[in-house]
Amino acid sequence: MNSVIVCIKQVPETTDVKINPETNTLVREGVKSIINPFDMYAIEEAVRLKEKFGVKAIVLSMGPPQAEAALREAISMGADEAYLASDRAFAGSDTLATSYTLAKAIKKIGDFSVILCGKQASDGDTAQVGPGISTHLDIPQVTYVKKIEEIKENTARVERMTEEGFEILECPLPCLFTVVKEINEPRLPSLKGIMKSKSAKIHLLTAQMLELEEDRIGLKGSPTQVVKIFSPERRKGGEIYSGAAEEGVDKLVAILKKELYA
Amino acid sequence: MDYLLTEQQVMIRDLCRQIAQEKIAPVAAEYDRSEEFPWPIVKALAQADIFGVSVPVEYGGLGGGVLETCIATEELSRACGGITLCFAASYLGLDPILLFGTDEQKKKYLPDLASGKKIAAFAVTEPAAGSDASAIQTTAKKKGDHYVLNGLKHFITNGGDAETYVVIAMTDKTKGARGATAFILEKGMKGFTFGKKEDKLGIRASSTRELIFTDCEVPKENVLGREGLGFIVTMKTFDVSRPGVASQALGIAAGALDAATKYAKERVQFGKPISSFQGIQWMLADMATQVEAARALIYSTARMIDAGVKNVSKESAMAKLFASDVAMKVTTDAVQIFGGYGYIKDYPAEKYMRDAKITQIYEGTNQIQRSIIALQLIKEMAK
Repeated sequence: MNSVIVCIKQVPETTDVKINPETNTLVREGVKSIINPFDMYAIEEAVRLKEKFGVKAIVLSMGPPQAEAALREAISMGADEAYLASDRAFAGSDTLATSYTLAKAIKKIGDFSVILCGKQASDGDTAQVGPGISTHLDIPQVTYVKKIEEIKENTARVERMTEEGFEILECPLPCLFTVVKEINEPRLPSLKGIMKSKSAKIHLLTAQMLELEEDRIGLKGSPTQVVKIFSPERRKGGEIYSGAAEEGVDKLVAILKKELYA
Repeated sequence: MDYLLTEQQVMIRDLCRQIAQEKIAPVAAEYDRSEEFPWPIVKALAQADIFGVSVPVEYGGLGGGVLETCIATEELSRACGGITLCFAASYLGLDPILLFGTDEQKKKYLPDLASGKKIAAFAVTEPAAGSDASAIQTTAKKKGDHYVLNGLKHFITNGGDAETYVVIAMTDKTKGARGATAFILEKGMKGFTFGKKEDKLGIRASSTRELIFTDCEVPKENVLGREGLGFIVTMKTFDVSRPGVASQALGIAAGALDAATKYAKERVQFGKPISSFQGIQWMLADMATQVEAARALIYSTARMIDAGVKNVSKESAMAKLFASDVAMKVTTDAVQIFGGYGYIKDYPAEKYMRDAKITQIYEGTNQIQRSIIALQLIKEMAK
């Protein structure tokens, strides 16, 4: 088995994110930055794979220079190496441009067997970057993974969460998994890890180093336009009829008839 | 107060605080009820390298001293003084090996204790030998290349759950205190079993058991120090471990103070938060002052030990005595501030009070501490 690469994102800590109504973008001023909570599960899983298979756990992030803090935190939890894709040219990237840039960064980093991502970021909530990366790299993806059952030389078997339950899937390596919080309990950093993280080298990857196509990165490479952001209306709760089954059925049929033919 | 901690000490404090808040606090009440041994917390502490804070780097630790153990113990005890003992009592078993072990013994035992793969325990107390440690009945008879241990230890913290034990037994009863010897024992040795687990008032997440030795064969390489050094090993171990008990007491007091302050701000009576009443304010102020004084005494003592000062018995006893009395006083006042809610288990105050009591009793009752202090005073005056 080759390395495991974890893609992480630095996000504002608060769950109560404010949005600038004029630009429709997040207000980041004065908000503490943390590792996207879903990515913590991906880091933990990568460190577990490292401990089990003796492979390298590599973390990768794309963001402004301060995202270095997120990468150092990942090292304090047990990751071996860290890469930061950071360049002014990346500013304004949407999920398409971001996944393209990250895919190129992964190619630059080298051989890998598994890429892990959190199921989505807590700020944008799109859940598109993970699948986007696998598409750009042309490798299989399994989203919402809740358990990595087995990794063999060329295949992996995982459990994937669905609304009804879960599926067991087998796929060839290398592949990409996005993980849900059911997969593990992220560890806290260790003292030796924190000491290591302070002096660890964060490898910088710029647009030039990644040989990116200019019109596929940053604002230029981002077709997404945020037209409007709003909280969806709360769905009204249904009605529950109790009593004998026959009575209930009659009632229900009557209501359906009324609703359908009214 | 700023204690001018080093970068590494701040790191230990902050990480232990995070573990206390995120891992220990949410489960403290449940472990108090169930009396189960907190293995998941042991694992979390091990993973975070906390068991190694004061073990030399060459044996896999972080190279800290007594102050580092104290900082960790204090922070963890803020959330639960009982759970913290899985860590603090392991240091009590580890300290004599650190102080008196040969290089071989250190190499054999310290790495697993530093990594938290195993935990340790220290066994002196017997049913008839509490404050009077010279009344120990457990015997160790030399037979060829090993010793044969017979007897019973009780009230042993981490007993049954620890893998590594330092046990004091009499090799020559005729010599009294000079006839005691310290041995390193391992769980699973033939003739080494465990007896009843105690049902305690407080620190209920910590296991307290009997150790039973029935013709238990211990290789002679496992003698710690040398034959007849058992009491010196015990006293020197307590000299460096008492600031740890003091820190446990301090953490319990600090946790109770935090809880009481928070409650006083939230609890409204006569149309105002009770924190606005002078009666409550003065209580909180006294509690905070005592907690800070205890911390100052503990940190100063720990720094003295870490700087290599030879005779620290007096200061060490003072730290343990003062901090544990503070813990009892502060936690009792915390219950008072909580009022009726302080007396029921839905709120944290009563547990702090139950957990605090033991710190006035174990590792030498506070009466014994006073005797140690007085004896030292008189000795100093005679010089």
